[in-house]
Amino acid sequence: MYVYDELDRGLVNERVEEFRDQVNRRISGELTEEQFRPLRLMNGLYLQLHAYMLRVAVPYGVLSSTQMRKLARIARVYDRGYGHFTTRQNIQFNWPKLEETPDILAELSEVEMHAIQTSGNCIRNTTADQFAGAAVDELEDPRIWCEIIRQWSTFHPEFTFLPRKFKIAVTGAVSDRAAIKVHDIGIVLVQGADGEVGFEIWAGGGLGRTPMIAKKIRDFLPAADLLSYLEAMLRVYNRFGRRDNKYKARIKILVHEIGADAYRDAVEAEWADIRDGALALPEQEISRIREAFTPPAFEVLDAASTAFEARKFEDRGFARWVASNVRRHKVAGYAIANISLKPAGGIPGDATAEQMDAVADYADRWSFGEVRVAHEQNLVLPHVRQDDLYDLWLALGSVELDAPNIGTLGDIIACPGMDYCSLATARSIPVAQQISERFADLERLHDIGSISLNISGCINACGHHHVGNIGILGVDKKGEEFYQVTLGGQADENAAIGKIIGPGFASDAIVDAIETIIETYLSVRQDGESFIGTLNRLGQTPFKEALYGTA
Amino acid sequence: MALEIITANRLGDGLVIFLTTDGWSARIGDAVVSESKDDTAALLARAEADAGLVVGPYGITVERQADGSLRPVKYREALRTRGPSVRTDLGYQAA
Repeated sequence: MYVYDELDRGLVNERVEEFRDQVNRRISGELTEEQFRPLRLMNGLYLQLHAYMLRVAVPYGVLSSTQMRKLARIARVYDRGYGHFTTRQNIQFNWPKLEETPDILAELSEVEMHAIQTSGNCIRNTTADQFAGAAVDELEDPRIWCEIIRQWSTFHPEFTFLPRKFKIAVTGAVSDRAAIKVHDIGIVLVQGADGEVGFEIWAGGGLGRTPMIAKKIRDFLPAADLLSYLEAMLRVYNRFGRRDNKYKARIKILVHEIGADAYRDAVEAEWADIRDGALALPEQEISRIREAFTPPAFEVLDAASTAFEARKFEDRGFARWVASNVRRHKVAGYAIANISLKPAGGIPGDATAEQMDAVADYADRWSFGEVRVAHEQNLVLPHVRQDDLYDLWLALGSVELDAPNIGTLGDIIACPGMDYCSLATARSIPVAQQISERFADLERLHDIGSISLNISGCINACGHHHVGNIGILGVDKKGEEFYQVTLGGQADENAAIGKIIGPGFASDAIVDAIETIIETYLSVRQDGESFIGTLNRLGQTPFKEALYGTA
Repeated sequence: MALEIITANRLGDGLVIFLTTDGWSARIGDAVVSESKDDTAALLARAEADAGLVVGPYGITVERQADGSLRPVKYREALRTRGPSVRTDLGYQAA
């Protein structure tokens, strides 16, 4: 993990004291709300439906057990005993007091955490593959480059007043677990002609009101040029992005309106001027950051663990959890363990302080003290010995974190929706709860297989409904909550925006509608064919017929 | 005209509050009710003058129930008086 140096510590501590002073001046009346609001947002503090909400940054989704324990403490001492993990790998607390937020930030700084740039028109948390450093298929650990981007983008004076928020994601593998094609800038690690690591650069992806898949801007960017190129990309956006209309201010609108070629030409022209300047990355600097991500001291183990295989044979519940939640690790004898924060009938992405403390303990015991946050709102222990998986599973069961449903219909992404968020037009969590309860039977869940169902409580799409195989959007229809369904979204390297299937459904009909869609799939699928495979083969017709009785 | 009251969030802790005849209250039952557009405008002006205490005041439409209590017409505003529907142990509803 990256560890703060003196400079990092100084910046964060100064920021805490600056914010403390700003809060005091707001409370004393010296600052108006209009003056204070942008400052509050730059420190991740929102005002929501019932209370303030603090969004704490989890850089590229990586947490140490120490940091996780601090988050548990914040939840317990300053909040209502829980936190919510988000679709950008961050964590949100829903009940902080303004008066106490400087103390919260001071405590976070003790463990090298903060809430800087988790809101506002600036560069936000750069997200990554939650399996970084462990995945079998990665070219290189993407976190190295995320950390470099983080340092460049934090307090970047030129990009503190962008037309709108800016989100960057990085994948180290062709198999994209970071949804890079629906980010403002998406980066894929690729191999150059001489075997060196470089980047494929994408721009102009995004969800929200106008979902768009990113366009490829560059096939290969040498590693040393990463920051100068990103600088050029941000400069062109900052200069030409629209500021007249909040709903047309993202870079995706710019790329769409002028075209990818024109955007690329503008970027390359700017880049030509700055390429060899101060942002050129010396190999020494890249190495320094790379060292921060040196793999832990893995033991030399056999590829297969007989104890593990025996346990799977003996305990069907364990075998089922392994089938859905465990992934192959690049190091022989190890595994990646996914922890589902989606118990049937539960609130997707929420974890209690007790659960957070437990996960910190399990990380220490079985994963070299490291935890990851997935953008699907789950947690990951990235480096678990196969021999230890059974004990881990039993332990997870003791704190209700053993739901065997990763990547299934039970693994629902849901935004907080109208239960918490002042932007929402409908509630999303109750729909997620009802769907996961309807499909709680594990045999049925596993039979349905790999599928993504994402729910957003408003058109801002924080629940990523556009890229769910099944997407649900909650809207307001004459004062009643109403739900539109889209099919065919994909968040991975085959990124696609879902298409609306027909008229929406009232809250007492939406769960039946989903069940109809699933039953239709089961009745027409070929052997081994996933939901998205069936949908792509047959189109929406059979589903429309089942739902509406017409083609 | 429909009945209106003024709501906002308290500056210090962000909780939901309602404008009363002489201040603010966490209880919707204490809210001062407007029956005219002019009244609402005046109440809003008073609320905005309290910028040191509250954030983002705005008017909401309410109905008087059979038992005399006030209930917001919009579901979103009703949620604000209670708390999250999915955590009935949190918010005012838990008191």
